[in-house]
Amino acid sequence: MLEIEGVTKRYGDRTAVDDVSFTVGGGRLTGFVGGNGAGKTTTMRIILGVLGADAGEVRLDGSPLGADGRRRFGYMPEERGLYPKMRVHEQLVYLARLRGMRAGEAAERADELIDRLELTERRNDPIEKLSLGNQQRAQIAAALVHAPSFLVLDEPFSGLDPMAVETVLGVLSEFAADGAPVLFSSHQLDVVERLCDDIVVIGDGRILAAGSREELRERNAGSRWELTVDGDLDWVRTATGVEVIEFDGDHVVFDADPAAAQAVLQRATASDAVHRFGRRRPTLTEIFREVVQ
Amino acid sequence: MNATSFRESVFLVAGREITQRLRSKSFVISTLILFAIVLGSILISGFISRANADSTAPIAGVGAAIAELETLPGVEVVEAATIAEAEQLVRDEEVDAAVVPLDGDSAVPFEVIGFDEAPGGLVTALSITPEVRLLEEPGLPFGLLYLVAFGFGIVFFLSAVTFGGTIAQSVVEEKQTRIVEILLSSISARALLAGKVVGNSILAFGQIIAIAALAALGLVLTGQDVLVTDLGPAVGWFLGFFAIGFVLLAAMYAASASLVSRMEDVGSVLTPVTYLVMIPYFLVIFLFDNALVLTIMSYVPFSAPVGMPMRIFLDQAAWWEPILSLVVLAVSTVIIVALGARIYRNSLLRTGSRVKLGEALKG
Repeated sequence: MLEIEGVTKRYGDRTAVDDVSFTVGGGRLTGFVGGNGAGKTTTMRIILGVLGADAGEVRLDGSPLGADGRRRFGYMPEERGLYPKMRVHEQLVYLARLRGMRAGEAAERADELIDRLELTERRNDPIEKLSLGNQQRAQIAAALVHAPSFLVLDEPFSGLDPMAVETVLGVLSEFAADGAPVLFSSHQLDVVERLCDDIVVIGDGRILAAGSREELRERNAGSRWELTVDGDLDWVRTATGVEVIEFDGDHVVFDADPAAAQAVLQRATASDAVHRFGRRRPTLTEIFREVVQ
Repeated sequence: MNATSFRESVFLVAGREITQRLRSKSFVISTLILFAIVLGSILISGFISRANADSTAPIAGVGAAIAELETLPGVEVVEAATIAEAEQLVRDEEVDAAVVPLDGDSAVPFEVIGFDEAPGGLVTALSITPEVRLLEEPGLPFGLLYLVAFGFGIVFFLSAVTFGGTIAQSVVEEKQTRIVEILLSSISARALLAGKVVGNSILAFGQIIAIAALAALGLVLTGQDVLVTDLGPAVGWFLGFFAIGFVLLAAMYAASASLVSRMEDVGSVLTPVTYLVMIPYFLVIFLFDNALVLTIMSYVPFSAPVGMPMRIFLDQAAWWEPILSLVVLAVSTVIIVALGARIYRNSLLRTGSRVKLGEALKG
């Protein structure tokens, strides 16, 4: 388990990250969500030790994370880049060895990943000769080549073609399934919602919300209700203490306090067969909009 | 990071710097051209001086010596009435040397008078080896001094600019391509910087040793072996000073380059460092015969690698002076490397506009 506690980073007068705390559980995909300049990249850089924090601590399974622990991380920075003139295989081996892998093992791993990411024919080409899509694949291979035990990926899907998105999705899920903590940031909230077990929302350098996806949706459900019956619901419009948001004959979405909502449910069950009644749980996009404001 | 992994990281980075460099065609070709120029210029100058020695030169003769001189092929004889008059001709450089009869019963009845160096061609041309008397203390010829000063100056300047430039490019390449973030998540900025400095220092040092070996070979081939012994200690010290001095410059090149994020900006950000290596080069070429300037140069860290070997060659330095200067250089290198590492670490992740030096130092 990866714990981030009270991490703060200031640039002059500006506080980029302010007392940020959250955890990334083993075997769980954690989505890191926030607008531009919210502090995602800074936080990730601090986790990786690329940046030093002014305050706070990053712990791995209870003990402070040091350089040796960090070498077991797979990291994909937001700003992509590899040596343009180095060959694909050679470059992967170099990066794996920088993280302490032995030469022979590194060469094997690099070949495995090259095959898996369908770069076999490009194995000995310099990166600059590769197409953009293939460069992205090489970038993914670079984050995974040293067989990391943890993954921290900054916007892993940005700039990927749909094929590569599927590949990355597969790899992330596989890692999490093996029990590794995986943290990734993304602007694509639908992807995060589909994929993540846990979600951390950051805005203006502060953590605005953090928890499991279901928990978050439940917590932010508020007072919006949803009702579907076998009949006409026109009467809900005039019910006391109810504000209708959406209306479609037999389906209605409305805001009301719990008592008023129960009153609506009672009247509905009295006249028609109720197919569905419950709190309307917001989508991640809605939660995001809510907490960021 | 523990010591072993630090060493391994430095080793890996240095290895990459070296292999990438050796794989670059432009580097290999320019190195071969440089070697060719060094060897070629020594061979050509050697042949020219030998050709000069063989050519006819006026020689003054007095009395019985005139007849002896006229038997030699290709010698233009200037007749002088007295020994004093012959000496005056030598001093005025009207003639290269004078041959005068000796009084008494010495085995060789003649004496050869030279100005400040023995006229080798003449001495060997005479059938019997005569005594040589010089009018002035022998000194090193100006041309040779100039050549040695120029040699030290240009070799230091070229290597510093070439390999310093390589380091600068490699630093900016990593910033520009953003791979630096992946590198920094694997190894420390210190290890990355150390690897670059070590790798390029090895290349630069290798090139300089090859140049020294080629120069020695050229001198031996042209029969100027004497120079190899004369130059030996100076070249030895030069290698020592260069090894440390280059590390200092390399740290400055790397730190300067880390302030910018694009290749296009490298030139302007390197200007101050380039001046620092250019000034000693011009000073040693134009003022190598000024003992005061040379003494100052031999202690200032940036020019010591050129200044001190020159003074050693000129026999101007006491035995302890190169050691003291080397200590000064080593201490300043440690300080500059520490500052450079700080600037480097603080600037690496700042992309976009040029980072201000003050900010980079503060972090």
